[in-house]
Amino acid sequence: MKSLADLKKIRDAAQKKVTMRGKNDGTRVLVGMATCGISAGARPVMNKFVELITEKNLDTVTVTPVGCIGECSIEPIVEVLVGEQRTTYCRVDEKVAERIFTEHIIGGKVVEDNIIGKFRL
Amino acid sequence: MNELSLHILDICQNSTKANASLISIIIEESTKKNTFTIDIIDNGDGMDKETLERVTDPFFTTRTTRKVGLGISLFKMAAEQSNGFLTILSEKTKGTSLKCMFELNNIDRAPLGKIEETIAILLLNAEGADIVYKHVVNDLIYIFDSREVKEVLEDVPLTDLNVIVWIKDNIKEGILNIHKEETL
Repeated sequence: MKSLADLKKIRDAAQKKVTMRGKNDGTRVLVGMATCGISAGARPVMNKFVELITEKNLDTVTVTPVGCIGECSIEPIVEVLVGEQRTTYCRVDEKVAERIFTEHIIGGKVVEDNIIGKFRL
Repeated sequence: MNELSLHILDICQNSTKANASLISIIIEESTKKNTFTIDIIDNGDGMDKETLERVTDPFFTTRTTRKVGLGISLFKMAAEQSNGFLTILSEKTKGTSLKCMFELNNIDRAPLGKIEETIAILLLNAEGADIVYKHVVNDLIYIFDSREVKEVLEDVPLTDLNVIVWIKDNIKEGILNIHKEETL
């Protein structure tokens, strides 16, 4: 069982990090999590991002569930916000999520295959 | 949706949108009564009588981006398929409570699935409602309360992903343990 002692360890480590971090100009990942997104498979996608970010210990990247933007047929939709730049990905599965993470969030290069413009209806 | 925990995620997003600060999710499995019940109780804005009457209608939604709202209708269908039912009580400004009942051993009852992922995502919501998750298997109980975790965390945010992973593991193991104990 994951114990309270483990949680305290995580707390202590996080408290140390906060003092070192300073201003946070990090990357934001938004995952569409309305009925359409959930039924298209948004939950495992979001979970994948959480896993990848913690694995790599990237404390400047946040993941947030958001609502529906009205393009239900091309869900799961993921938006990546880096500073002023917003990239919208559609039909994201766990594999694509992994690519977005390594190529875009870490590598800084947009994954062209899944950006929303390529899937015009 | 092939997991009940996906429905729970979907339904709880409504609580979040209704500005709830506390969402309680209670799962009860009873082999004696052959029932599997899910209760979701929030302290959000609640609904008036007129809205409440229309929520199970798939062509009703509060959303402006599209014209259908399938969340509750799908959950209701899942319950009725396995010889169960879904009821909602709500009072304006007080909150909303939903009860969904299934036959435990019904072949059409979907498994609960990864409830720990559902709770992790709910905690990552920008609105940040607290979550109490109670899972009862006959006489055994597992409880998770995000307020208790916050107390331990002091100034560290609950949305720290290392914390989220800890919560996920804690819930997963907690449920596994009560199921194991039950079969002994």
